[in-house]
Amino acid sequence: MTDPSPAPTWILLALAAPFLAALVAPTVHRLFGRAAAFALAAVPLAAFVGFLTLLGPVADGARLTTGFDWWPSYGVRFSLLVDGLSLVFALLITGIGTLIVIYAGGYMKGHPQAGRFMSFILLFMGAMLGLVLADDGITLFVMWEATSITSFLLIGFDHTRARARRAALQALVITGAGGLCLLAAVLLIGGATGTRTLSEVVATGDVIRGSDLYLPIFLLVLGAAFTKSAQVPLHVWLPNAMEAPTPVSAFLHSATMVKAGVYLLMRLHPVLGGTPEWTTVLPIVGGLTLLTGTLMAVRQTDLKLMLAQTTVASLGLLVLLVGVSTDAAIVGAVGYLLAHAFFKGALFMIAGTIDHEAGTRDVTKLGGLRKLMPITFASALVAAVSMAGLPPMIGFVAKEALYLGLDEAGRTALIAVAVAGNALMLVIGFAVALKPFLGPEVHTPKHAHEGPLELILGPIVLGAVGLGAALFLHGFSEIIVLPMAGAITGRPVEADLHLIPTYVSTPLILSIVTVALGVVAYLALTPLRAAVDAVVRGIGWGPDRGFDQIVAGLVGFASVVVRVVQPGRLEAYMAIVLGLAVVTLLAPLLLFGELPAWPAFPDLTAQEAVVILIAVSGLVAVVVARTRLTSIVSLGIQGFAVAVIFVLFGAPDLAFTQFMVETLSVVILALVLTRLALGERDHRPLRQKVVDAVIGGGLGLAFMLVLLKITQAPFDRTLTDFYDTYSRTIAHGRNVVNVIIVDFRGLDTLGEIAVVMITGLAILALVRVKARTPILPTPETGKRK
Amino acid sequence: MAAPDPNAPAVDIAAAMVTAPSTFADWLLILPVAVPLLTGAILVMVRHHTHLHRPLAGAGLAILLGLNLLLLQRVVTEGPVTMMMGGWLPPFGIAFTADVLGATFATTAAFAALVATATAGPSINTAERRYGFYPFLMLLMTGVTGAFLTGDIFNLYVWFEVLLISSFGLLVLGSEKRQIDGTVKYGILNLVATTLFLASVGLLYGTLGTLNMADIAAKARAAGPEAPLVTIAALLTFAFAMKAAAFPLNFWLPASYHTPTPTVSALFAGLLTKVGVYALLKVGVLLLGNQTGAFSSVLVVVAGSTMVIGALGALAGSDLRRILGWLVISGIGSMLIGVAVGTPTALTGSIFYAVQSMLVMTALYLAAGVIEARCGTGDLRRLGGLYAVSPLFAGVVLVLFFAVAGLPPFSGFWPKAILVEATLAADLPWLAAAVLVAGFLQTLAVGRVWLYAFWRGGPEGTPDGTLQLAGIGRIEDPADRIALVGPVVVLAGAVVLMGLVPTVVGGLAEDSARGLIDPAGFTARVLGATAP
Repeated sequence: MTDPSPAPTWILLALAAPFLAALVAPTVHRLFGRAAAFALAAVPLAAFVGFLTLLGPVADGARLTTGFDWWPSYGVRFSLLVDGLSLVFALLITGIGTLIVIYAGGYMKGHPQAGRFMSFILLFMGAMLGLVLADDGITLFVMWEATSITSFLLIGFDHTRARARRAALQALVITGAGGLCLLAAVLLIGGATGTRTLSEVVATGDVIRGSDLYLPIFLLVLGAAFTKSAQVPLHVWLPNAMEAPTPVSAFLHSATMVKAGVYLLMRLHPVLGGTPEWTTVLPIVGGLTLLTGTLMAVRQTDLKLMLAQTTVASLGLLVLLVGVSTDAAIVGAVGYLLAHAFFKGALFMIAGTIDHEAGTRDVTKLGGLRKLMPITFASALVAAVSMAGLPPMIGFVAKEALYLGLDEAGRTALIAVAVAGNALMLVIGFAVALKPFLGPEVHTPKHAHEGPLELILGPIVLGAVGLGAALFLHGFSEIIVLPMAGAITGRPVEADLHLIPTYVSTPLILSIVTVALGVVAYLALTPLRAAVDAVVRGIGWGPDRGFDQIVAGLVGFASVVVRVVQPGRLEAYMAIVLGLAVVTLLAPLLLFGELPAWPAFPDLTAQEAVVILIAVSGLVAVVVARTRLTSIVSLGIQGFAVAVIFVLFGAPDLAFTQFMVETLSVVILALVLTRLALGERDHRPLRQKVVDAVIGGGLGLAFMLVLLKITQAPFDRTLTDFYDTYSRTIAHGRNVVNVIIVDFRGLDTLGEIAVVMITGLAILALVRVKARTPILPTPETGKRK
Repeated sequence: MAAPDPNAPAVDIAAAMVTAPSTFADWLLILPVAVPLLTGAILVMVRHHTHLHRPLAGAGLAILLGLNLLLLQRVVTEGPVTMMMGGWLPPFGIAFTADVLGATFATTAAFAALVATATAGPSINTAERRYGFYPFLMLLMTGVTGAFLTGDIFNLYVWFEVLLISSFGLLVLGSEKRQIDGTVKYGILNLVATTLFLASVGLLYGTLGTLNMADIAAKARAAGPEAPLVTIAALLTFAFAMKAAAFPLNFWLPASYHTPTPTVSALFAGLLTKVGVYALLKVGVLLLGNQTGAFSSVLVVVAGSTMVIGALGALAGSDLRRILGWLVISGIGSMLIGVAVGTPTALTGSIFYAVQSMLVMTALYLAAGVIEARCGTGDLRRLGGLYAVSPLFAGVVLVLFFAVAGLPPFSGFWPKAILVEATLAADLPWLAAAVLVAGFLQTLAVGRVWLYAFWRGGPEGTPDGTLQLAGIGRIEDPADRIALVGPVVVLAGAVVLMGLVPTVVGGLAEDSARGLIDPAGFTARVLGATAP
């Protein structure tokens, strides 16, 4: 791999352009009306043309980087990388994006929020472009989540419908969870390789594969890729996302965003791929997704849902191929990814056009549109041929290539899965392209006619590209497919893609089998649909319902947790808080050897003993008192006893303060409580009393132990001596306590004075302010009061 | 301080006091406390002239913000600066010591308060003004700023008391029944926390013989085994964790934050718990980091469970402001990771998280105020249709919600990414998982709220596909509208800016973190510069 060279700086501008266009989109739409779509489409078109000019250098092996420091001291650089992989994605995003913006202009015509819709589409486009171009892991994460957010806004665009809202949240939650996996993966990769720059990461060779962190990184990357790229059973959000307006389905949920997961797997393939885990898990999940998607598609009658389920299937096929990990399989994956983007984008737009013009997209309510919508019919046929994997379309080439890859890898079971899946894709492709158009004309809710230019342009262009890619296969392969495959494998890839088979090869035989199976299934579509439907109904449960159950379960669990941790009773809060305080004090004392030495029994004088006895008896009285008044008075006894102890130990100031506080609090409490139920007995059950006693006793014991410990060590008298020395000489006060209060620590006193003032104000407010009435007009009151 | 008394024995004043007069620049340390205190006093004096309150308080807060910005600029260039109250040498007098952490928090708090107070015009009525809304507010800011800037642990206690009692006044203002209930729980539980804090300050003084923070940092590291410092550190951590509303000491917050007027809720959400977090960072890491390290595994569990329980609480809620209260708690968990892990990266993440959370949560409570003003309720079942009525406001709230959930490119994702990285690097994969799981649950919770209140066509029961907007009133007076909605927009702008340009707050967080893990440097700056 060559060392990166600097990329032209216009790439940053190309990335910024959709965001800027999104800002002005509503205004542009208001000013220019129908022409606004074409004006806005110029933005992605310009970027597309710009990216085209890079094809040459990149095909020659250049890897271009550019960017700017985002948070240098944290090692985050907003850096972009253009290589074979990101360039192809960038072309898809801007190219199909151009068509989609134009298409949306027609599709949303007359919608009151069409400008806002354009804005969201452009925001998404910028985010998606950033996602594939990002060279920095954090930037990748930012863009990844940005696509989830814009997808959320677009799926829920029709916000008054509950289904749309649910689908939007479901997509946000599932892909958001994947985003968190991606973040963790990026950070772990950074830990394992020492860099979060992807181009440097992929150059580290076997470092991650040889690291202990491989498995967690692998699983987290899968978590990100499988949610975004809708792998079973995380795929449920994608069919539900069809609640979005069709331009969104065509752009985000088939051509671009859902491929972000595959992109991530491809991007990290050089450093994660090829391990037993990789080549086992990916093909299994991918294969299951392929089969599930195609079977579910058969069951649908809604054109969009049929297509959405085959998108799930195609993503499964891509994951399967990337999982096989050989060069040939990767070439097959690249070819299929491109083919899919062309035909599926086109088919979605066609489904939208039918819906828009005929008023329904239920395939059983449509028919005979071929005369009314001939251009749409023709482009649908072209796309379906590609989807079915028939010549002369790129879909055929891709299918041959992927069969070759599976065949070379010798994965027979996967071949069977792929053949079955592709056969069903053929069925759906033609069901979408033929059923609405053939047969007798059916009465539709709207009188159908050909769509306007905006709606038919996209399918025509994509059909032409799909055809052109196959006809000019050599050039397409050299400048698009092989550079991209090379970026995925991490080394130059050789492959001989062909449109016209030169000999009877295994892939050709497999193709013929696929087509034969598909034709049979197409003819038996109605019974097949009924059979699949019966089975699905028989099971009766699916991951979609599972999602609801998980969310409901989470909310229910959360409610239980809240009831437990926030019971609403102050007594419970106090018991828990004080109980935990006991643990907080006792645990370190015991665990860290901070228990005091056993104290010698103090040599008490008679008066000391008496005072202590009074204090203790006061406490006992508090506990055994039958009424609250007795308790309060008894507490006062203990307080006065402590004050006397202060006197005995030579602290008259303290003692005086203590006397005042005790007197006042007893008087005030007693006064207040005479207003309340003073005589009330203690109604706590015995168990509660025991618990309270243990907590109270524990807290007393804990504080006693800490105090003992502290008094057993000599006290550092630096401050005391300083105050003694300078109280009189500098501060001119003989009472050290007073000098401390007014001078040495005067600021504390100022603060406390403020506290007293505020307390007074607060009490005044409590007493004087009447219960508030709504200040602002509300529906109930109507008027300001 | 008068000249030496001629009758007194000769003393060497230089041995006891700072002899050089304080430069004007040093006054910058105490002015952020003096200005709101004086403003508060003036407001009490002109209590009956309620029309003067708003301009006076606004001016006071604006000056406070300006002073804090100047101070911040100074500590970023010079490192911690100290001013000795009364001129007594450290550690004998009260030191005011600003470092990057304190100045950053003080500045953010002043900004959040200034913006939130802009909504007080329409949302606080005349009686509430007369009975002290603005004085309480200014004293609250005095306490908050004092707590962020003091360099003395007992003085920290005093500011805690000032802010507790002012918040008590703000909380009770209005005298609704549920307010009284909330105030009682808030008051009693917080008094317990404050009392435990006071007790541990006493124990610490008894053990180390000093109250100056820098001196504590030095002496705690030099102390022998006879000092029960782990126990004291545990009790201090307990008290601060309760102030910060860490699980399982968070009862007071969900019980009270939704009860006062939204303006007050917003101030509380932005300021109160963050003072607890600040104290945990300052005392738990800078001063007693050696001791709290002994029980860091407990803090890891507390941080993780606070994040997850908070997010679950938000998911279970049905009242807008109660949900926000749980989101505040969930965020506290993220801020505790720094204390629990103690590495520079983790501290950077936690501090970044705290700063952005001050703004985001303030903004969300103010937004809840707008919603309650327009719909007359914060009950999710009765909300709906707000997106159809005001799409831009809906977008602003969505930005704030995503910032809470840590979704990029909004402010919350940077600290989240840093915290995941820090916990993984510290070999605490479960804590990293807790950060991510909490983020997931928060996304689900805020998504649900937004779906109901904004996207749904109307209150619960609105027919599918229709709009029912009759329940949504209009704030008629354009000045009121600007006063109520403008602050939300300003704060959301800051939130977006912090996400797009992380270097400013991120750089301050990095500086703060570096300061926290360098107690020797802190001690040298405070004691070395002025010691005799």
